[in-house]
Amino acid sequence: MIARRRRVADRVWWSLCAVGLALVVAPVVWVITGVVQRAVSGWSWSVLTTISTGVGGGLANAIAGTFVLLVGVGLLAGLVGLGCGVYLAEIARPSWRTTVLRSASEVLSGVPSIVLGYVGYEALVVGLHWGFSLLAGLIVLSVLVVPYVAKSTEIALGQVPLGYREGGEALGMTRSHILRTVVLRSAVPGIATGVIIALAISVGETAPLLYTAGWTNSYPTAHLLHAPIGYLTYATYTFYDDPYPAVRALSYDAALLLVLLVVGLIATSRLVVHLSQRYSPERSLGAGRRAPRPLPAGAAAAGAAAEGAGSL
Amino acid sequence: MVTAVAAAVPLGALLAAVAVLLVEALPAIRYDGWHFLTGSAWRPGNYYGNPVRTGGVLHPVGASYGALPLILGTLESSVIAVIVAFPVAVGAAVLVVEKLPRRIAGAVGFCLEVLAGIPSVVFGLWGVLSFGPWLARDVYPALTHLPNVPPLDIFHGPVGAGEGLLTSGLVLAAMIVPIIAATTRDLLRQVPETTKEGADALGMTHAEAFRAVQVRWVRTGVLGALVLGLGRALGETIALALVSGTVLSSATSIYGTMTTVAATIVSLLDSAQTDPTGLAVRALAEAALVLLVITLAVNVGARVLVRRSARGAALPIGAGF
Repeated sequence: MIARRRRVADRVWWSLCAVGLALVVAPVVWVITGVVQRAVSGWSWSVLTTISTGVGGGLANAIAGTFVLLVGVGLLAGLVGLGCGVYLAEIARPSWRTTVLRSASEVLSGVPSIVLGYVGYEALVVGLHWGFSLLAGLIVLSVLVVPYVAKSTEIALGQVPLGYREGGEALGMTRSHILRTVVLRSAVPGIATGVIIALAISVGETAPLLYTAGWTNSYPTAHLLHAPIGYLTYATYTFYDDPYPAVRALSYDAALLLVLLVVGLIATSRLVVHLSQRYSPERSLGAGRRAPRPLPAGAAAAGAAAEGAGSL
Repeated sequence: MVTAVAAAVPLGALLAAVAVLLVEALPAIRYDGWHFLTGSAWRPGNYYGNPVRTGGVLHPVGASYGALPLILGTLESSVIAVIVAFPVAVGAAVLVVEKLPRRIAGAVGFCLEVLAGIPSVVFGLWGVLSFGPWLARDVYPALTHLPNVPPLDIFHGPVGAGEGLLTSGLVLAAMIVPIIAATTRDLLRQVPETTKEGADALGMTHAEAFRAVQVRWVRTGVLGALVLGLGRALGETIALALVSGTVLSSATSIYGTMTTVAATIVSLLDSAQTDPTGLAVRALAEAALVLLVITLAVNVGARVLVRRSARGAALPIGAGF
């Protein structure tokens, strides 16, 4: 009798877990199919080639702006995050100073993006008289994602086997030479994953850009200051309840492009992890059955969390 | 040298943000006092009359900023999100680790990453156009037939059109599920095989073994993930600006329209700039400061929890087998 009760309890337990899994997968499927359906029903390829007009048109200006922002964030947050990670993992001796710097980075990743957006608006757009501008948007977005690049760089550097460094030292290389030629090179997949995740977060941000980058119906210009720039999340956020059906359609189209971009970036990061595991030297040497993953899959989710995580 | 400067950027940005918010919010803090945290009316006053000076702060006649409904809305929607997301995420993580083959587990992991990566504005669009209306049409009416006893009686009342507190909580739940699920999954994978085998050897069923073994290994870390998810939910902006209904008052029922601190900042900053005294913008700075304090407290708490558990779970028992 007891045995039967226990068996039933076990069944119930697994059924509840299965329900949980279904409820995790369902929103992914529903959100993506919903976005695809709405966008495809009114899709026209001219969306990709014409600019917004306010009563319709396309998204070419927003697509171009999003790519400009992506390149900018990739460079700015990529370099700063890389430097930050390298300093914390390789250069600084562990002390209260590194603890403070590392904690600040973690705390920053938990600051809601609208708070950073507000600060960027007050300090850069109004305070420094930059106006709605590419640079203001870039700086706020970069501050938002630097912690992820820094974290993944630090993790990737920490996973470089000690033997590599020892090998370099045995050859009489200086520490900075070893860092540049040996250590950084083998940490590239992990760092790349971090940058890609930072880009995926940037693609999806709206709140920090609304009051820093502004919005414009024209293509991005070469001006860093005093020239607003368009981006896809603005179109989704602002156009969805527009009285013009043609503008509403742009909102759905922008949502589809956003989802495609994010899924593409996530797939790329997975590919990087996969390839780096397949060709990792440890694996070919047979040392360690499980090759270290440059960034645990959970870190992407936790990273997203910070978008606050907002975020990925 | 260059890297040291780069390493100081997060700290510098954090301090600069706090400084800017403090300076911006100071007049509003002086004008509103504690009333900001306890008052329920968010009135910018009469922009067109002559501004008056109270306590050294120039303000439009009748201006009064009470953020209690915003703070309550933020807390209520986030708590709903955590209550819904936590069991779902843990159940999914358990199934992924204990039952599913590697290949399918990988696919679920990809799903989690995509769910975490979907932009919040897309979640908002989904919430306001598909999910919310569906809930109001097919789900909420059924909930009103629940027995009229506490705590189920909160589900009684007019269900509205799908924008409001419960919809916001559920959309937030979908957004924080991946954080909790991925962390729980990674923690469960660290539970040493030998302890699970010990439970097996004692003749425990899987469910019993989970309570006796896995829960003890992962509970602090999972709690940390929960709080991390809470932090994300508290700061979420755009999705809630779309699905909360953005009215400047508390929800009257669980279906009622409401707003949050973050959603208020993003939706009011534009119109606040028309306040000739600037007080409306400063009130939003004060709101941002309150939001920052809440989320920082939650996030720091979460990180302390996760770190403590990470230390405990790093015991190398069984890892060599």
